[in-house]
Amino acid sequence: MAEPPPNQQPPASDPERPSSSHGETGSTFAGITERLGGAAVPVAATLLAFLIGGLVVTVTGGNPLTAYRAIFEGTGFNYVFPWLDDVDRARAARNLQQTLVLATPLVLTGLAVAFAFRCGLFNIGGQGQYWVGFIFAIWLATTLGEIPTVLFVPLGILAGVVGGALWGGIAGLLRATVGAHEVITTIMLNWIAIFGGRYLFELGGPLQGSVPTLPRSEVVPEWARIWTIWGNIQALHAGVFVAFLGLLVYWVLLNRTTVGFEVRAVGFNPEAARYSGIPVRRSYFLALAISGGFAGAAGAVDVLGVKYAVDISNLPASTVGFTGIAVALLGRNKPIGILLAALLFASLQVGTSSRQLDPDVFDPDLAENLATMIQALVIFFVGAELLILTIWGARGKLIPFRSRAQEPAR
Amino acid sequence: MPETPILELRGITKRFPGGVVANDRVDFELRKGEVHALLGENGAGKATLMNVLYGLYRADEGEITVRGEPVTFHSPRDAIDHGIGMVHQHFMLVPVMTVAENIVLAVEPTRAGVLFDSESAERRSSELAGSFGFALDPHARIQDITVGQQQRVEIVKALYRKADILILDEPTAVLTPQEANELFGILNTLKREGMSIIFITHKLNEVLEIADRITVLRRGKTVETLSAAGATEAQLARLMVGREVLLRVEKTLAKPGDALLEVQDLHVRDERDIEKVRGISFEVRAGEIVGIAGVDGNGQTELIDAVTGLLRAESGAVRVDGRDVTGEGAREHFEVGVGHIPQDRQHRGLVLDFSIAENIGLHDFRNEPSSRFGWLRPSALIAHARRLITEFDVRGGTAETAAAALSGGNQQKVILAREIDRDPRVLVAAQPTRGLDIGAIEFVHRRLVEERDAGRAILLVSLELEEIMSLSDRILVLYEGEVVAEFGPDAGHEELGLAMLGAPTEKVA
Repeated sequence: MAEPPPNQQPPASDPERPSSSHGETGSTFAGITERLGGAAVPVAATLLAFLIGGLVVTVTGGNPLTAYRAIFEGTGFNYVFPWLDDVDRARAARNLQQTLVLATPLVLTGLAVAFAFRCGLFNIGGQGQYWVGFIFAIWLATTLGEIPTVLFVPLGILAGVVGGALWGGIAGLLRATVGAHEVITTIMLNWIAIFGGRYLFELGGPLQGSVPTLPRSEVVPEWARIWTIWGNIQALHAGVFVAFLGLLVYWVLLNRTTVGFEVRAVGFNPEAARYSGIPVRRSYFLALAISGGFAGAAGAVDVLGVKYAVDISNLPASTVGFTGIAVALLGRNKPIGILLAALLFASLQVGTSSRQLDPDVFDPDLAENLATMIQALVIFFVGAELLILTIWGARGKLIPFRSRAQEPAR
Repeated sequence: MPETPILELRGITKRFPGGVVANDRVDFELRKGEVHALLGENGAGKATLMNVLYGLYRADEGEITVRGEPVTFHSPRDAIDHGIGMVHQHFMLVPVMTVAENIVLAVEPTRAGVLFDSESAERRSSELAGSFGFALDPHARIQDITVGQQQRVEIVKALYRKADILILDEPTAVLTPQEANELFGILNTLKREGMSIIFITHKLNEVLEIADRITVLRRGKTVETLSAAGATEAQLARLMVGREVLLRVEKTLAKPGDALLEVQDLHVRDERDIEKVRGISFEVRAGEIVGIAGVDGNGQTELIDAVTGLLRAESGAVRVDGRDVTGEGAREHFEVGVGHIPQDRQHRGLVLDFSIAENIGLHDFRNEPSSRFGWLRPSALIAHARRLITEFDVRGGTAETAAAALSGGNQQKVILAREIDRDPRVLVAAQPTRGLDIGAIEFVHRRLVEERDAGRAILLVSLELEEIMSLSDRILVLYEGEVVAEFGPDAGHEELGLAMLGAPTEKVA
């Protein structure tokens, strides 16, 4: 026999491998995380966030159970319950449409952040890339002469992808050539996109709409709009399929193409990638450009599917790109996770919006803040994974002879 | 010796998550004034045992007795308070601080309670070193002194904390043979002064040279404690591995052919713009192993990087099989037939989060059959990996297992498989057995000789002199970026060691 069996080397005593938090803490928990594909921490983080949110509701004089129930009903997910009467069902349908409309761009901006993450990059520029995609799409829709919708919609979305890719690509190029950190450049590019949009749409701006007194874009003409597939006002549009397509593209690109292979290799270990002759800097550029493309698609789908126009006051107000960061973090950069996380954040926003919530149950002004707070807590806890794992690991110390989670003293 | 041992570990058991039992009822006893070697392969549980002793881990079972008194250590602080000092393999020193400052760190002498008393620190540092017969300049900064001196600082640091039990973790791994000899001298002095020393190692010759007694660990268990007098290397190797081991590499005389790797007047600067390779010329011919010996940091890394396309040479030329590849990138080097076993397998050789199949495909994923028109073909990657896993006897995982889950030896086999399977003309092997256990070392060495016999040109760069001596057909000694000596295959320890320190030597062809 020539080799010791695998794992004979205890993780924590191997001098060559600095042990990760997983290595040192509770084996049971690590085992569960493994089996659920890393879902345990996001789920625990979400539950914990709701728990603390509930505490806040209680302290401020509300009943958390009825509040959460009202929020749940506001999201429209109760549509699936067979016992609803027609009035409630119609209301639930409207709410659910809202939730899905909101989740659509969140999936795409989430993918934008996740794709960059997989290359070891932190794309904070989802918001700017979203706006550039949005602007490219609206520009095409309002300047191009009428063409059949079937032709225009793919074209408009493609314009958004190109716009976003361009914006992300600038950050990528800067990172690849002069080493400018993408966190800095993407934040700056966000502001450039916002002020660039202001310039385009404000009074007298080159893309200002036909109402001379309004700092606002032209409205997307009927023929350029994405088809409505469910409902009437602010209804669910076919852009939701773009989100699904995005999830598929994301997975295929990463796992089934040589570009994705390079991106993942660079993301995991740039030095090993360099040693293997993978052009690391090109990967940085490509990853940020592709990443921007996802966010640009979000912008295009939003403008052609539901928003139809933009007022300059909307520009600094939107947070869809930033929520994408939360979506990617909570979704663990995995397609299913991103889908679920986008649904969670979208439903929180819809469920707590003042229109849906009964003021007797919970003050609607507070409710929107509650949504934001829960969102922040989720991210906090996902970020505090180590904390959760340590708390979990410490549990072993309470049971003598079975403790195996002592961490070396610092 | 009838007296009670100064230190006793009884029935120490330490389990890790995942069911790994790193120490299984280990017994260990240290007598006053002895050097007791703790011998075992990587993963045998030496480090875990010492971490338990030093208060870094808590044992699940078992007891520790110091001077006859049972103790429980919660942190290294407790261990230090009981007179235990540890010199880690990777020194715990602050590079920008002086020798004296490092020695007194965290227990600084003070004036008026708050002011650091540097004079007293320097005086006491010198005195301590002097009392054990070696010199240390207390004013020198750690970053400016040699590794051997840094190690002495670590020893004095322990002595300053009034340690009389000293644990040395693989202390010779970073030293030249001469420095190792000096260390042994110091240890003998310490022993005479009544210090008790635990010497952790996996090197058999050292054990016989320095130890009074030897405890062998294998797979977390105590195999035997024996007296060093009368023990043999073969006997110890058998105890360590659990079977007979070939300690010498069996090989025939080299039959060198054409020069496949030619390096001409190569100058290379590192990223801090310091010239690390200063005019090196040599060639490696088909069917020979050329070993590059030298103390770490004498230009080995830069030489390897320049020869494999990872670092652009400032001037000079590199030719592979007659083709000039100077200034070309890593990919071009791979394509003209350079295989590279990198010195840091986890940092550079593997993407640990990638599967074995993906790691094996790391250089060739762009080519058919691994991919076609930019589309990966996972089934082809996996089939390729399966074949190599069988051929190279990689154990502990399937093609889809993450490389991180493999033991060091099996990780190295994956790299070896990847590099050799590409049928390179030139194979650059940098520290190919670093951190591997005897069984895996045997495998790597045998394979390198086989590849030599298959007509490849092999450039072996290693800090392990034994490895260089047993594998190489020619040995070049690198000192401060220059080749200062060349030796034949039967060069002696002494002359190689001297050349490594830059002593002028006659060149032997």
